[in-house]
Amino acid sequence: MDIIPHLLDGFLVALQPMNLFLVIIGCAVGLFIGAMPGLGSVNGVAILLPVTFIVPPTSAIIFLAAIYYGAMYGGAISSIMLGIPGASTAVATTFDGRPMAVQGRADVALVAAATASFVGGTISVILFTAFAPPLAHVALAFGAEEEFALMMLAFSTFVGLGGDDIPKTIFSILIGLVLSAVGLDIISGAPRLIFGDLPGFYHGINFLVLAIGIYGIGEILWTIESSRGEVEVSQAVVSVHRIFAALKEMGGCIKTMIMGSLVGYFVGLLPAAGATPGSIMAYGFAKTMSRNPDSFGKGNIQGVAAPESANNAASTGSMLPMLTLGIPGSPTTAILLGGMVIWGLEPGPRLFVDQTEFVWGLIASLYVANLFALVLNVAFIPVFIWVLKLPFTILAPVIFVLCVVGGYAPTQDMHDVWLMLLFGVVGYLLRKLDYPMAPMVLAIVLGPLAESSLRQSLLLSRGSMTVFFERPISGPIMGIALLLFLLPVFKAFQRKRAAGKASEGGSHG
Amino acid sequence: MTAKTSKLALFSAALIAAATIVTNISVAKAEEWVPRKPVEFVIMAGPGGGADKMARLMQTVIQKHHISPKPFIPVNKPGGSGAEALIYMKSKTGEDHTVMVTLNSFYTTPLRQPALGIDPLTFTPIARMAEDTFVLWVNKDSGITNMEQYVAAAKKAGRNWSMAGTGRGQEDELLTAFLNTTYGLDMKYVPFKGGGDVAKQLAGNHVNSTVNNPSEAIGFYQSGDLVPIAAFTKTRLAQFPNVPTMTELGKPYSYFMQRSVVGPPEMDEAAYEFYRGVFKKVYDSKEWQDYMKKKSLLGEFITGNDLLDYWKVNYALHKKLLTEIGEIK
Repeated sequence: MDIIPHLLDGFLVALQPMNLFLVIIGCAVGLFIGAMPGLGSVNGVAILLPVTFIVPPTSAIIFLAAIYYGAMYGGAISSIMLGIPGASTAVATTFDGRPMAVQGRADVALVAAATASFVGGTISVILFTAFAPPLAHVALAFGAEEEFALMMLAFSTFVGLGGDDIPKTIFSILIGLVLSAVGLDIISGAPRLIFGDLPGFYHGINFLVLAIGIYGIGEILWTIESSRGEVEVSQAVVSVHRIFAALKEMGGCIKTMIMGSLVGYFVGLLPAAGATPGSIMAYGFAKTMSRNPDSFGKGNIQGVAAPESANNAASTGSMLPMLTLGIPGSPTTAILLGGMVIWGLEPGPRLFVDQTEFVWGLIASLYVANLFALVLNVAFIPVFIWVLKLPFTILAPVIFVLCVVGGYAPTQDMHDVWLMLLFGVVGYLLRKLDYPMAPMVLAIVLGPLAESSLRQSLLLSRGSMTVFFERPISGPIMGIALLLFLLPVFKAFQRKRAAGKASEGGSHG
Repeated sequence: MTAKTSKLALFSAALIAAATIVTNISVAKAEEWVPRKPVEFVIMAGPGGGADKMARLMQTVIQKHHISPKPFIPVNKPGGSGAEALIYMKSKTGEDHTVMVTLNSFYTTPLRQPALGIDPLTFTPIARMAEDTFVLWVNKDSGITNMEQYVAAAKKAGRNWSMAGTGRGQEDELLTAFLNTTYGLDMKYVPFKGGGDVAKQLAGNHVNSTVNNPSEAIGFYQSGDLVPIAAFTKTRLAQFPNVPTMTELGKPYSYFMQRSVVGPPEMDEAAYEFYRGVFKKVYDSKEWQDYMKKKSLLGEFITGNDLLDYWKVNYALHKKLLTEIGEIK
């Protein structure tokens, strides 16, 4: 194979002083963009796209890819520190990252996020380097049926997510599905659930509005309630010694990180899925595979490692269909694709043959970007920790402002800000009643994807449901999904029997 | 006396001169309206689609050649096949810092949803930048290379023959309806999210055919995965010299999608002039001309009343087409 010489040539391109400089700047900018709620990698790349015409195309894509990468690292920062997902891709990171910060283990969570991002990024770039062209065909083999099967698999991992209370979990998923149905029906084009005719509902409910409302506003309400207005200062500390200890702790997450990387990478490959579903699915799998699933959502380090490795892996994965098929795997790559058109490059199956310098320069720069993003991220941890030391009376208004900005930014519509505040209050009440919130967020992300793929499959099969089980790829995935759906039922049954036996034994003794 | 007259003459000359300068200034002001803040550049489609790519290319050209003193900031409003964007533009009636990139949903969405209360003919016609073309595509594995084989295969499959397209009641479905009625076919139409996704469905053999824009299918065409069968244009496309037009096949039919820039209703005259100038310069730029060539885009730059007339013709055409497929009564 001629991969190694190509890759070495790529490194020669990536390590040119200007390109190296752009990688470092890109990572730093991305880190910041990712950390700012509402400013995701999509906005970052879109804003900076016109700047790139002053450099050659290879340097331009290296710069934008570094931003994309940096944003994946940065998204975790506000998820952990403030409990507001910094980017859509980091929503799953709040599930465990925030509880860790509350327990005074913010530095551990940040190290975990950075390390997992690095591992995810590196594994996926290696996969990318070795198997890019064959994997492009995997992406092509995924039709609507396979996409739906994959969504079912994602949902199945979440039935157990809300702990033992399965009815409440299902209720939460259903609420999420209803919210995801608001807007325009993609098949018939008819408006649905728009409350009469409120124009703000035409674009649907952006799930960041729900996530920021529930986690950001909800968090403020929680803290006000628990502190009862007393001024608290978090006992966050950081030292080199603690960072090394955290790295050691990450040793126990190797399996989770590899799993997250693989899940993220393959979900990222699929057009239109992108890093957000990938990271949420990885979280679900990590919890399902864990021996101690109840500790998830309460500050389990695995719950940070899984989504963070997955979202970085997915961001690499989504570049593959962009480069080889000309189809964006995520909204950010959609804009990168537009960029390539502007630079005069034609993405598609011929790109790997015709533009080797561009392709391999980009791949090599991903290795470099990973390294720098890790270094930058770890170096800034003391600064992030300092934020936590701010008294709540200062922090709360800052969080509130960031929430409003984050709710406004994706659609630039005040309607969404009011909606976000509403979700914050309702989410807080639901949490008080012990309803799990993560399944709702999952449902609003995956709902539209599941709905369109289900309806497209049924249109193609003329209403026959068996199509999901007959096809070689979707069949096994559906099978596993069904098993996972039934797993909590079996577990509950077993536990009841065990409990029954124990009480019998007790009465005899 | 003479001195007095000459003084008077001088004075009045000065007065006239001053007056002219003043009027000149005010005329110059009216002529050279420039945006006072960044211009909101609404895109009637989601990120990554054809309209989005074009808008970002225009934005780059504007910035690169310093065509506007203030930047154009793209904002995607894809909701409701453009309904969201149209409502938004209507709400900006009489304002001068918002323009929109539009396509044929500019006609079809208001026609299909009269409740929106949008009359596209009231919008300010700034520029038609191009007309996008449509081509009928199949996968190479089908073995189909011409229209005859296509019709035979589709007839044999009947209802099981599928056509993938974007959206409901829009360009792709109108062309599908045309093929169904013209050739007596019964193929079904399955909507997907965007042109890229549609091309991928065909390349992966999940559907039987598409009517993609060349720009959306070009990658797979170059790799040999997709085969063009016929072009819905008046003359053959330079990019596909061996692909016959529908006219050559004995069924005269052409269909185009506008790639236009519009302003909100009742835009200020001076601002209107400014935007017309901006987009004329974009149209003439090398970047835009190259892009049109590469993506099989056709069409002259038209603006003002010519564009309005073009809209009137196409609005009526889409009303007819939508009535024929039963989308509107």
